[in-house]
Amino acid sequence: MAEPAAATAPAGALLRIEGLTKHFPVVAGLLRRQVGVISAVDGLSFEIMRGETLGLVGESGCGKSTAGRTILRLYEPTAGRVLFEGTDITALSGEALRRMRPRMQMIFQDPQACLNPRMTVGSIIAEPLDEQARMSAAEKRARVQELLEAVGLNPAFANRYPHEFSGGQRQRIGIARAIALNPAFIVCDEPIAALDVSIQAQVVNLLEDLQERFGLTYLFISHDLSMVRHIADRVAVMYLGKAVELGPREAIYRAPLHPYTRALLSAVPIPDPKVERTRSRIILKGDVPSPANPPTGCRFRTRCPIAERRCAEEVPAWRAMGGGRWVACHLAG
Amino acid sequence: MTDAARAEAEAVLSAPPRTLWRDVWRQFRRHRGAMAGAVIFIAIGLLVTLGPQLHDIDPTAPNFRARNLGPTWAHPLGTDNIGRDSFAQLLHGGRVSLAVGLSAMTLSILLGTLIGILAGYFRRLDGPLMRLTDLFLALPLLPLLLVVIMLFRDPLRTAFGPETGIFLLIVFVIGITSWMQTARIVRGEVLALREREFVLAARSIGTRQHRILIRHILPNVVSPIMVAATLGIASAIITESALSFLGLGFPPDFPTWGRLIYDNKDFIQSAPERVLWPGLALALTVLSVNFMGDGLRDALDPRGRGR
Repeated sequence: MAEPAAATAPAGALLRIEGLTKHFPVVAGLLRRQVGVISAVDGLSFEIMRGETLGLVGESGCGKSTAGRTILRLYEPTAGRVLFEGTDITALSGEALRRMRPRMQMIFQDPQACLNPRMTVGSIIAEPLDEQARMSAAEKRARVQELLEAVGLNPAFANRYPHEFSGGQRQRIGIARAIALNPAFIVCDEPIAALDVSIQAQVVNLLEDLQERFGLTYLFISHDLSMVRHIADRVAVMYLGKAVELGPREAIYRAPLHPYTRALLSAVPIPDPKVERTRSRIILKGDVPSPANPPTGCRFRTRCPIAERRCAEEVPAWRAMGGGRWVACHLAG
Repeated sequence: MTDAARAEAEAVLSAPPRTLWRDVWRQFRRHRGAMAGAVIFIAIGLLVTLGPQLHDIDPTAPNFRARNLGPTWAHPLGTDNIGRDSFAQLLHGGRVSLAVGLSAMTLSILLGTLIGILAGYFRRLDGPLMRLTDLFLALPLLPLLLVVIMLFRDPLRTAFGPETGIFLLIVFVIGITSWMQTARIVRGEVLALREREFVLAARSIGTRQHRILIRHILPNVVSPIMVAATLGIASAIITESALSFLGLGFPPDFPTWGRLIYDNKDFIQSAPERVLWPGLALALTVLSVNFMGDGLRDALDPRGRGR
């Protein structure tokens, strides 16, 4: 396969996200008038470095997946920019966007739903080649077999249909499709959430192997904090559509700055009974507010154990805290 | 790996990719009902296309010396009240009924699928196209048919000749008034499919819209289309009969299955077989088509395909 990048690739930001916002309109009534918005993603700003894995964590419904899809422009962003290798992909349209597509791919959460049940595995993996590459039929077949081998599947499986495979194998098929065009960047949208625990490790190891071989950059969306700790270089934490904290993995897990991150991390069980017994959990009260009507000021203030009056009045700024750490909290630091 | 296993693996690798239609055919042949349906349908088809060559009595010629006959060697199904040969009428009528059924169904399925897919996939077209569908559903069909046929019968007759003209008109009229159910069903399916992740995956690859429609959406709505198509043939044949009965369809001396049933219904007490035979032919055709559609639908779904 082409481009053994990683080592030679220049360090720096591959992707730069500035104020990315995605609002879904809420329509009602006979005339389908817009009566409100769901602010699924609100003012997301961060960079993803070449060759790194950025973990994006948060509870379900916080906008992680929407963020991932908006970054790839599978959803039209409401505001903000996404600079991929310096090109603003939110400004591209039609053919120009289509030409950028091979550089950034996606791995989906549900390995069942992301494969067309009426296509053979071979034609599923060959679809990106059909669309984006000029190859003869024989070249395509050879490439499909190469890709199947790369993700640890028997190349003879190309003639079978997705329903004949297990969940882990289907996820591998999805991964083979994602890497078919030698992308630089892959959004992994909870790629292991639907899998058996014993299969999760295999798939994560495969993702790490592929990252090393092809110099891939990942945005790894997950709610599994221990898996993110294992795979990510840096971690971003989201709450109700906003990023609350971003930093190097070890720093975040050792000393979280934002009260939400602290609560989240305190919920991770520790695989050592002695330590586990002494683990103190921060239990958050109440439910996540509706993204259709988020709280004023800091969105976390309704559940924050240390909230002050200021938190209800002022939206906390996304501030750099040194050491590559960012946080959106008035009281941090 | 042993040598034998390796050779086998090589063979598998170099084998051409499975083609959809060969798989479908293999599965179709396993479906007993579908095969029986296909055999009956082909038999009926051959009978009505080649039959009139063998049994070459003019179905429209009256013979007053041979009225109301029972089955004889010359007239296997007897004759009617003005001495026309019932078997010849059945064969000729089948030609027209089958042709009308198949072509009207094709037209209505094409229209319904096209409108359903466009409405389901493109949000902006959804409103207008579905209101159009509602409009057609709300139209009082019979008065509409009356007007259409009154207006266009004579121009079409002069343009294409009396039989072809009326055939085109009837196919068009039935097709244009029976696509709505298909469109609604297809739209519903497409709405659900559009949000599936494999469509999103195709978009992230940069697949063009029309290719997404053809490659991902259309194959996954085949099942409801198949069902609508098989039912459509039956209802098209029946609608044609109703039109002929009202004097709006083919001319009175031109046999179709529906026409035969209506013409002979007055003699149902004295000679029930004159209604029975065309009725049986109609029922067999509809049934065989339904079985074929059932088998085809199963064969097109890879999940049902045994290995």
